[in-house]
Amino acid sequence: MEWLQTIAVVLDSTVRLSVPLICAAMAGLWSERAGVVDIGLEGKMLIAAFAAAVAALVTGSAWAGLGAGIAASVLFSLLHGFASITWRGNQIVSGVAINMLAVGLTAILGNAWYGQGGRTPALEGAARFGDVRLPFGPWAREHVPVLGLLYDEVVSGHGAPAYLALAAVIATAWVLKRTRFGLRIRAVGENPAAVDTAGISVAGLRYAAVAIGGLLCGLGGTYLAVAQSAGFIPQMTAGRGFIALAAVIFANWRAWPAFGACLLFGVLDALAIRLQGVTLPGIGLVPVEAIQALPYVMTIVLLAGFIGKATPPKASGLPYVKER
Amino acid sequence: MSAAPVDLPRWADTALVPLVSVAAALLVAGLVVVGIGESPLEATALLLRGSLGSAEGIGFTLYYTTNFIFTGLAVAVAYHAGLFNIGGEGQATIAGLCAALACTVLGALPGFLAAPLAILAAAAGGALYGFIPGWLQARRGSHVVITTIMLNFVAATLIVYLLREVMGKAGSMQPETPDFPASAVLLPMHKLLAPLGLKLPATPLNSAFLLALAALAAVWLLIWRTRLGYAIRTVGANPHAAAYAGISPARITMVAMAISGALAGGLAVNEALGVQHRLVLDFTAGYGFVGIAVALMGRAHPVGVGLAALLFGILYQGGAELSFDKPAITRDMVVVIGGVLILFAGALDGLFRRAVAVLLRVGRRTG
Repeated sequence: MEWLQTIAVVLDSTVRLSVPLICAAMAGLWSERAGVVDIGLEGKMLIAAFAAAVAALVTGSAWAGLGAGIAASVLFSLLHGFASITWRGNQIVSGVAINMLAVGLTAILGNAWYGQGGRTPALEGAARFGDVRLPFGPWAREHVPVLGLLYDEVVSGHGAPAYLALAAVIATAWVLKRTRFGLRIRAVGENPAAVDTAGISVAGLRYAAVAIGGLLCGLGGTYLAVAQSAGFIPQMTAGRGFIALAAVIFANWRAWPAFGACLLFGVLDALAIRLQGVTLPGIGLVPVEAIQALPYVMTIVLLAGFIGKATPPKASGLPYVKER
Repeated sequence: MSAAPVDLPRWADTALVPLVSVAAALLVAGLVVVGIGESPLEATALLLRGSLGSAEGIGFTLYYTTNFIFTGLAVAVAYHAGLFNIGGEGQATIAGLCAALACTVLGALPGFLAAPLAILAAAAGGALYGFIPGWLQARRGSHVVITTIMLNFVAATLIVYLLREVMGKAGSMQPETPDFPASAVLLPMHKLLAPLGLKLPATPLNSAFLLALAALAAVWLLIWRTRLGYAIRTVGANPHAAAYAGISPARITMVAMAISGALAGGLAVNEALGVQHRLVLDFTAGYGFVGIAVALMGRAHPVGVGLAALLFGILYQGGAELSFDKPAITRDMVVVIGGVLILFAGALDGLFRRAVAVLLRVGRRTG
């Protein structure tokens, strides 16, 4: 049964590593389905992580941290919206600016306030999201073979934002696919002129989508700083926003496949950590970097149309100009 | 980049709008300084004294300027072809790896051969790594922005692996190559100018600076005085019109990205061949991203890029000195200013053009 335990441990860290990816991917999905390209996912998660850590430290409450993280991230996403929706600026340029702003601001403020090279002091007790133990865990582990162990190790025992992230996937998939609001969001990403003709505000819908994206990035960033780690570390997002972007592309801009891609990239990350310095028979020392680079390489290969075909929303990246 | 329906006189468009956005960006930076409880005026004075107040400071400033000229030009050339190259970091990384590889082979050659060949190797490496996303966009339809982002990360993991497992210095805990052979590295400026009777303090400023100035001139010639430059600008302005005129947008996309990558390789020339004389991890240090701000602020024109690069050189060197005296203001301030500038001069360009237009109109009415 030892191998089962190993698998459970790897899957458990897969979930932990996937949560920020899932949040950011859902955020990217909202924004991009509405036609606003968002390469600022990384920056929004980073500023959220910082704001959440600071707020949790000051108030001693992880939930206050979540609120601050979401507020900071939404503020940044509205900035992105202001530049790219209201002023029809280049969405990529705006995204790059957001990423740089987040890196610079978090480092400089963190250093000025706490003087620990940009880190925030460690969070303790209620200032962190503790592990939520789902009911019947120990019972299931004892009475249900295999699945019980997986339930207790993998499904149960994560911070509250992890379960909120799962709820976000369900909500995103359902709202985008089954509701009137979701239909309008998708329409504004495919054919904004048609939406405008129907008398619905293109800018309003896009702002709504971008703000929802900000909320979700806030959740992901908060998870990083207040649940997964015990505080903020400079550049702690470490490219996760871009992996999430890759997951969105990989999933062809659909919610559940994006969720799957995030889990896949999470498994790769968990394996890379697990296999650090491990020698496998036949392969030798595992080149961990190769596993880490895999999500990026896979995305390039997919985008190049060598496997499958990526079809982004038709109006993505294009500012909407009302015809006169 | 944004299609703002505002007509401005040419001087306002090329000079006033960038100046206003720079002023606004510095104002935001000043607010951040106030926010962390320091005096922005004092900080500015320290910054200027540190960067321009001594021969040594100027040497360091120009050394940083060299990096920004290369990465700014890289973004600018692609921009003229209507492409947004945010892969400068990755291209410079590969350029550094190629230069390091060349150095291991070229050590036996005399200096007048080894150093130029090492520079060429860097340019070739950068060009190849720029060509790949260009080819992918031209032939396979994947967008340059996304592929360059992904390739940045691939290069970042590749250099970690190579420096640790393949090219690393034996017995060193640091991820770095052994020192390059003396014949392959570039002369520092204080040694270069010594025979002319000029006594300069020892700074990292090296002959790569002259190469950067040459690159500024070469890019100006390329973009505005050659057939290829005309083709690049045409494709950037309207690919359909270009195709109608017999220019292949696909070919131009690949060529422009390769040139852009080669220019980004200049960062590796200055850092690895010019200063550190070996390849270290993270030598790109975000210069590639600041290059985006440099290009946007400089309106993708070599003169503008040169001036913007100088501004960032001053900020970088002055920022280093400033953080000695005021530990609360770290050099991350430059990243903040870069980000704000990209936002103001790039994404919010329409807003600033509108503001300048309103100002001019008000000025005309009262004046």
